[in-house]
Amino acid sequence: MNDMTPITKGSPKDWETDQEVRWCPGCGDYAILKAVQRTMPELGSTPENTVFISGIGCSSRFPYYMETYGFHTIHGRAPAVATGVKLANPDLDVWIITGDGDALSIGGNHTMHLLRRNLDCQIMLFNNEIYGLTKGQYSPTSRVGTTSPTTPFGSVDRPATPCAFALGSGARFVARGFDVSKNLPEVLKAAHAHKGAAFIEIFQNCIVYNKDVFEEFAIPKGAEDHQLWLYDGEPMLFAKGTKGIALDVEALNLKVVDVVDGDWQAAGVIVHNVANRSIAHMLVEMPFGEFPMALGVLYDDPRPTFDAAITEQNAKLSEGKVPDLQKLISKGQTWTVE
Amino acid sequence: MATAARSIDTQAPADNENPESVVVRFAGDSGDGMQLTGGQFTLSAALSGNDFATFPDFPAEIRAPQGTLFGVSAFQINFGASDIETAGDAPDVLVAMNPAALKTNVVDLKPGGLIIADSGEFSARNLAKAQYDVSPLDDGSLGKWQLVQFDISALTIEAVKPFGLGNKDALRCKNMWTLGLALWMFDRDRAPIEAWLKNKFSKNPVLADANIAALNAGHAYGETAEIGNPGSVAIPRTRVNAAPVEAGLYRTINGADAAALGLVAGCQLAGVKMFFGGYPITPASSILHALVRYKEYGVTTFQAEDEIAAIASAIGASYAGQLGVTSSSGPGIALKTEAMGLAIMTELPLVIINSQRGGPSTGLPTKTEQSDLYQAVYGRNGDAPMPVIAARSPSDVFDCAIEAVRIATQFMTPVMLLTDGYIANAAEPWKVPDMATYKPFPVKFLETVPEGGFKPYGRDNKLARPWVKPGTPGLLHRIGGIEKEVDSGHLNYSAANHQAMTDLRKGKVDGVAAHIPDQEVALGTEGGKLAIVGWGSTFGPIHQAVRKARAKGHDVSHIHVRHIWPMPANLGDLLKSYDKVIVPEMNTGQFKTVLRDQFLVDAKPLNKVSGQPFRIAEIEAAIEGALG
Repeated sequence: MNDMTPITKGSPKDWETDQEVRWCPGCGDYAILKAVQRTMPELGSTPENTVFISGIGCSSRFPYYMETYGFHTIHGRAPAVATGVKLANPDLDVWIITGDGDALSIGGNHTMHLLRRNLDCQIMLFNNEIYGLTKGQYSPTSRVGTTSPTTPFGSVDRPATPCAFALGSGARFVARGFDVSKNLPEVLKAAHAHKGAAFIEIFQNCIVYNKDVFEEFAIPKGAEDHQLWLYDGEPMLFAKGTKGIALDVEALNLKVVDVVDGDWQAAGVIVHNVANRSIAHMLVEMPFGEFPMALGVLYDDPRPTFDAAITEQNAKLSEGKVPDLQKLISKGQTWTVE
Repeated sequence: MATAARSIDTQAPADNENPESVVVRFAGDSGDGMQLTGGQFTLSAALSGNDFATFPDFPAEIRAPQGTLFGVSAFQINFGASDIETAGDAPDVLVAMNPAALKTNVVDLKPGGLIIADSGEFSARNLAKAQYDVSPLDDGSLGKWQLVQFDISALTIEAVKPFGLGNKDALRCKNMWTLGLALWMFDRDRAPIEAWLKNKFSKNPVLADANIAALNAGHAYGETAEIGNPGSVAIPRTRVNAAPVEAGLYRTINGADAAALGLVAGCQLAGVKMFFGGYPITPASSILHALVRYKEYGVTTFQAEDEIAAIASAIGASYAGQLGVTSSSGPGIALKTEAMGLAIMTELPLVIINSQRGGPSTGLPTKTEQSDLYQAVYGRNGDAPMPVIAARSPSDVFDCAIEAVRIATQFMTPVMLLTDGYIANAAEPWKVPDMATYKPFPVKFLETVPEGGFKPYGRDNKLARPWVKPGTPGLLHRIGGIEKEVDSGHLNYSAANHQAMTDLRKGKVDGVAAHIPDQEVALGTEGGKLAIVGWGSTFGPIHQAVRKARAKGHDVSHIHVRHIWPMPANLGDLLKSYDKVIVPEMNTGQFKTVLRDQFLVDAKPLNKVSGQPFRIAEIEAAIEGALG
């Protein structure tokens, strides 16, 4: 999302560090790391102009494995650190790596304000609906009834919906993917192409503490019928084109409709418009089961960014002024003693 | 400022020509504009060549219920012909704009001092709000002071009548009427105040004219009362001579402005841009208010969503190659603590300013205290050493801020600068320094792979690691809060590595001691019977008390410590050269404990935690007590 001179495309290898990756064998994070390393050479950024910034949690180890600049910060605060990095040097391509606990519990406030301000960066939220690094406590995205060391009788509080939180906070780009999806690089590219805060929820399988909670839609093959991949200008079809999403005008909500002989127009299937905020609100709230899982770019409608506004104001207010420290300290209520 | 005794030998200022100094306190309702009155009176004192110190004391409530005891706002100024270092112990003159202001302030007034009361505000209702059964103006209870009273409210309304203001707006000119009277009392020029009013109300000339009329009316009232206008009381008039000071350009400065300017100066000397992340909190917000206007000096300001984001963004900016700065007061500093640990672990430069206030918790937001010293020196998880500097006065914050920037950038470490509510708000005259006399300390970013390879946690002779800006080819590296491997900076939890890194972090900060000035004696001798050791804003009262005691022949010296951590290398030996050591502090003995721990000296505490600065007399009494 930075206007950089395109460079000779490197290979994913160029974006790998020599550090030993320390996630559990089989963790979904490996697939996400691979997808990112595969995507980076396609983006036109250079490793030295790229910064990965994370908070605390399993996902937040991510920067150590990227051959870029990286900052593994403290729990929940990656968006705040990223804000300082980007304001200090708007030329940097900033990626925030976070998890459901990091971004929505301890760091919920920062996530909200980063999105509201629209800092130009990518936020990848690895959602596994569990606290992994602290050994399996339920998280703010865990479904009601989740049993965990802190909820042995089942959790009773309602989960947060990351994409709804993002939209509610004012995000101008909201997308979804999952760890082992072959489409993940495309989603990342779209996020990178968006100028502004790009929020990407990535369903990630924690094979130790919350295994296969997304298996109904987030497996490499066989769950396609429960995935609604969204493309701008394309009808919202799923289940091999036999079903679609239409507007229930009476209920003022979305509904699933059958599509007969590919005639989606007749079925009233909506054409996805990434700039339609109202539809985006409905898509992020679609209850899974009754509906498929909305994936891909749900919403993309850029607005001026925070860093650009700050840079512009700083420049405007400095225009034509010659900084003179001696003069500055000599201002105010002054008098001369002879 | 340099030093001199402040004394008024005669008890009352009545027609007292040329006293050394005078203390005036303006007290009124928090809506009466007392801070403004005090501020403008301060300007007039400055323009008359007086030295001065001020102490604004206002409630935490923006508009506390009118007329109540807790809604009283006061502004005290000590101005004079000699060097002034405190806002003064007891006022010579108290201007009380209502019964509550009288009640809460008259106890401090010197015996024989002058009370000027707005009798128009002493209604039954206001008396009841101030918990007076009968009016103190009538019952003789103010007998040990001189009392002059007149209906300032009515006189003001009369004075501004030609301008057709409503009653409410008319009464808002009361403070200017009072200021006019005060200017007459001390023979001060009205012209600068008139100019200021015209500028302030440039969009509403009627209000400007009304306020000027009120100012002139107050002034005229003093004059006519003096010549024995029937029915009025003669108002004593005092002339305070100019203080002999070094020639040069002077300005008034408060601690918050000095911090902002010092940070800008420090960053210029370091050759780096500044990023300031802040979150509103009393009494630290004013630093952000000032810096936001200095964009052409390479300053980016960011009002964050909370205290944590304020420091975290500053750390991010430091990582990206600017100097991150954040400021707050005790409760906000507590929230920033975890992030300070991150800056210590990642060894990034950072300046944290703590304008201390009364604590714990929300405590006393608008009152002053020095009780965050433990928090600054020790208050983090893990072995987390961090240099700490404390400013002694509003103008001293300028130099301390430069020093904080120097240490932060030269040693790649967060540095905490302690000020307090008193320093932040109080104003004093400041001889504008010549910036050419400050030695630059330019930052050198690492930009190429050094011989022997790039080590993100390699160190120079000060044990500082290299500062590398993201965007630099060939020097890609990752940092974080997890324990780092010596040199490489890779994750490493091993026992030997943690020991080595802990020792390195401690060694680096301890090593700052070799790069700061030796401890000097502020007043007195090296060695002797008694040392009064202070830090922060207690400088003024300690200095004056020691001066007075020495004038009486006592063997007592004043040591003022600016570098709280690490302390100057010679401080231990210096302290041991005195028979007794007393540490006056606005806390329950925190620096005393640190000194005892570091040097095994029998330092004795002298503590005050009333939300008010020390009085000179309180420290004098402690000196007398110790020396018998």
